Amino acid sequence: MTRVLGWLAAAGLVIGLVMAFVIAPREVTQGHVQRIMYVHVPTAWVAYLAFAVVFVASIVYLARRSATADRLAHASAEVGVVFTGVTIASGSIWGKPTWGTWWTWDARLTSVAILFIMYLGYLLLRGMIDERERGARYAAVLGIIAALDIPLVHFSVYWWRTLHQPPSLMKPGGASTMPAPIVAALLVNLAAFTLLYAYFVARRTRLLARQQQALA
Amino acid sequence: MKRHAKFLIGGAVIAAALAYMIYAGVTQSVVYFVTPSELSAAPVTGKAYRLGGMVEKGSMRWEPRSLDLSFRLSDGKATIPVRHRGTPPDLFGEGRGAVVEGSWAGDGYFKATTILAKHSEDYQAPDPASAERHKEMIKTLSGDTR
Repeated sequence: MTRVLGWLAAAGLVIGLVMAFVIAPREVTQGHVQRIMYVHVPTAWVAYLAFAVVFVASIVYLARRSATADRLAHASAEVGVVFTGVTIASGSIWGKPTWGTWWTWDARLTSVAILFIMYLGYLLLRGMIDERERGARYAAVLGIIAALDIPLVHFSVYWWRTLHQPPSLMKPGGASTMPAPIVAALLVNLAAFTLLYAYFVARRTRLLARQQQALA
Repeated sequence: MKRHAKFLIGGAVIAAALAYMIYAGVTQSVVYFVTPSELSAAPVTGKAYRLGGMVEKGSMRWEPRSLDLSFRLSDGKATIPVRHRGTPPDLFGEGRGAVVEGSWAGDGYFKATTILAKHSEDYQAPDPASAERHKEMIKTLSGDTR
């Protein structure tokens, strides 16, 4: 089952790459550099998704003390941190040729930096406490609080003046006017990266389960 | 279970307070850039600002030899003349959004040290004619003139 997921993700990424480089047209004002969007937006979406899963799994853990929920939260946070890192790196690479800077402290970039650091802290907290039950409990509380930053990141571009542009797809009440090949390439990559996330989390939760079995 | 519920409610209250504090704090203190109206209402000479607006059409002067760049930033109500020495980002241009960092020079213009270009979230394909020309150019560049 997990293996099928992995192959689906791999196929999706290959199709996504072809869509991004062959099917999608060169963007009229930015040129080819705009193609970074086909990685940047999907990785940002996966980061949102991963931390939303941490949030839900943390609530389930606190309510039911289910070890499965705890492992899911742990795995999802790890994958989320990696994808947040890729989002920041790809955004930086995109920002230099378009905005003219690698980094600036506007509300979007700052709130994402906070997101990254909070979940790094979350993983640190998990690593620091040896007693599993207690570590899981503390992590769950932090996993719930840290999730408050997700809406802050997403709506930062509407609530404050920023250098970062508002979202192209997930915008409130406005259909996209972008040409179909651009939208299609973005959607395929969103799906492919979501599959990749699911594959990583499936793999990681199983590994965590085996680790705990071996230690028990 | 009762203790549990208390803990959850307490946690929720703390979390909500924290969220509100972050929101209020950021809204009041972190203004990423000021608008031309806000700056022209109360300019402080020598103070560092970030100024954001649209580059007015027909206002841009660029001297490639000396790298002297001047233009006007507008928000529809007020305009601020900006001077800069250096190369602006590729996306910088008239009729587009820009954020400049620098200070109010006192004698009627904004002295910019950094120029940042804002771009829209709407991505468009080039029109077919220009896409064709682009292909032609790539062909001639690669020496493939079939």
